[in-house]
Amino acid sequence: MTTHDMTRGYRVFQWFNGIVLTLVVVVTLYPFVNILARSFSSQTAISAGEVNLIPKGFNLTTYQIVASDPIFWTNYRNTVIYTVVATIIAMVMTTSYAYVLSKKHLKGRKFLVGVAVFTMFFSGGLIPNYVLITSLGMKNSIWAIVLPNAISVFNLLVMKAFFESLPQDLEEAAAIDGLNTYGILWRIVLPLSKAVIATMILFYAVSFWNSWFGAFLYMDRSDLFPVTVYLRNLIAGATGADSYGAAAAEVTQIGANIQSVTIVLTVLPILVVYPFVQRFFVSGVMLGAVKG
Amino acid sequence: MSTSETLTVGTAREPEPEPAPKSHRRKGGSSWGRALRRDWQLYSLAVLPLLFFLIFRYAPMIGNVIAFRKFEPGGNLFGEEWVGLRYVKLFLNDPTFWNVFTNTLILGGLTLLFCFPLPIVLALLLNEVRRRALQRFLQSVTYLPHFLSIVIVAGLVMQITSIDGPINAFLGYIGSEKISFIQDPDWFRTIYVGSEVWQTVGWGTILYLAALTTIDDQLYEAARMDGAGRWRQIWHVTLPGIRPTAVTLLILNIGTFMAVGFEKVFLLYNPLTYPTADVISTYVYRMGLEASNFSYAAAIGLFEALVGLVLILSANVISRRTVGTSLW
Repeated sequence: MTTHDMTRGYRVFQWFNGIVLTLVVVVTLYPFVNILARSFSSQTAISAGEVNLIPKGFNLTTYQIVASDPIFWTNYRNTVIYTVVATIIAMVMTTSYAYVLSKKHLKGRKFLVGVAVFTMFFSGGLIPNYVLITSLGMKNSIWAIVLPNAISVFNLLVMKAFFESLPQDLEEAAAIDGLNTYGILWRIVLPLSKAVIATMILFYAVSFWNSWFGAFLYMDRSDLFPVTVYLRNLIAGATGADSYGAAAAEVTQIGANIQSVTIVLTVLPILVVYPFVQRFFVSGVMLGAVKG
Repeated sequence: MSTSETLTVGTAREPEPEPAPKSHRRKGGSSWGRALRRDWQLYSLAVLPLLFFLIFRYAPMIGNVIAFRKFEPGGNLFGEEWVGLRYVKLFLNDPTFWNVFTNTLILGGLTLLFCFPLPIVLALLLNEVRRRALQRFLQSVTYLPHFLSIVIVAGLVMQITSIDGPINAFLGYIGSEKISFIQDPDWFRTIYVGSEVWQTVGWGTILYLAALTTIDDQLYEAARMDGAGRWRQIWHVTLPGIRPTAVTLLILNIGTFMAVGFEKVFLLYNPLTYPTADVISTYVYRMGLEASNFSYAAAIGLFEALVGLVLILSANVISRRTVGTSLW
């Protein structure tokens, strides 16, 4: 910072900036801290509106109630399985198509890009999709969640941009040494692309981990739900009870507390992993962004 | 699936990606033949993804014909008989449709009004933080909500705004009446846009921060030489520097204008808040999947998608003509 910049106005601005950003941080984090505090608090303290940042009437009863629900753990396990399978398939599909699209000399490349990009701006809509998935007999199967989301065009374009930035000479040299396209992709390109692959795995994994609507639409059996649908049903149930008025107040209270606990348990894996993977996300998006 | 599998599927179908359109011209035909011979392995890698797009993206687009045909659940995928514009006329005369249409415009407009400019402001503020570590910490915190499931966000919103939640505790503390936010149609828009801002603003800064790092320091140098203060530097150097990014994101935002976050509205609304909360996509859901009027719902959904397409195409043209930035 040069002294030239240290005008009075600028110092005022720095103070103002500090205050605004502090507020932003507080507002962003407050809901997390509040929900954590509620999850450990007693029903009476919650319903009196006394829980803010620190638990009141500390207890673990609700955690025990949630943890003893076998369906919760089944759904948690489902989420893990769906996420792993879906991410693997999505990665294979996205990588291979992105690699094809990155080959500038390829005839028909523009058409292949267009096929993907057009779907960003126009889509079939809920009803035709629903009819299609049910007609394909994918109801109550993992494929209803995995296959319709096997390629995210955004991820595809980021990967394509990355592949385009790799030095072409290496691949040509490998071709001269007798590697075919699959060999070049597998032995030369992919090892050079660890950064973007890690980013894409994270992008896909988070989106599959978080998704709920596909499962909600296409799965009727509660033992097939991911944990997000479990949570959704809790929330929806609690709002229902809310509107019944004072008579159901007791039920609502317990419901609300269980919600807090379930939210905490569902968000936990992301919060734990987040500090470690956050760097990848950022570099990944930058990658796509700077290319434009 | 392994590469070898892709190979076997691929070899049989490799000409598919594009039917040689110029085959009547001798030269064109042979160049396609050459391209296929030389790059068949590349084309084979495209086969499964193309099948994906064909089945899961383009088939539903075609499936929209059920908007003009009578569809019976369990019947033909594309409906049983032509009924022309019957369903379109039906929804145009449906008062609920016009209500959800208005709600969609208002919610979409409010979201655009807040969620587009705020990331720019926040990015500018973050950019002024000179301590690297602090800046990184602030970014980490503000990105966080982006990684939450929409279900969790809805859950957090419900807890924060509930009768025994912190907002009402505060209202009670200052002696105000408690408000049943989530049951009150007057509050839905505030809750929706507020939570949208909470969830998206931090992540929205990421592209702008990337754009800011590409601005040449010499430009600031030169502006200072010319006697520009901080504000003038921001106005004449920083803002023009991020303009292409801003325009691109604006076009994309306009494109999703009509498809206001279906999932969040769906999770947050209830019959009491329908007057302000019900949007086209939630109405489509209720009409189609709850009331089983598939064709009627498909007609509304198609309308929504077409308006979205027209919006993004026009935004793109306008921006290409006026500021020279466009998506394609």
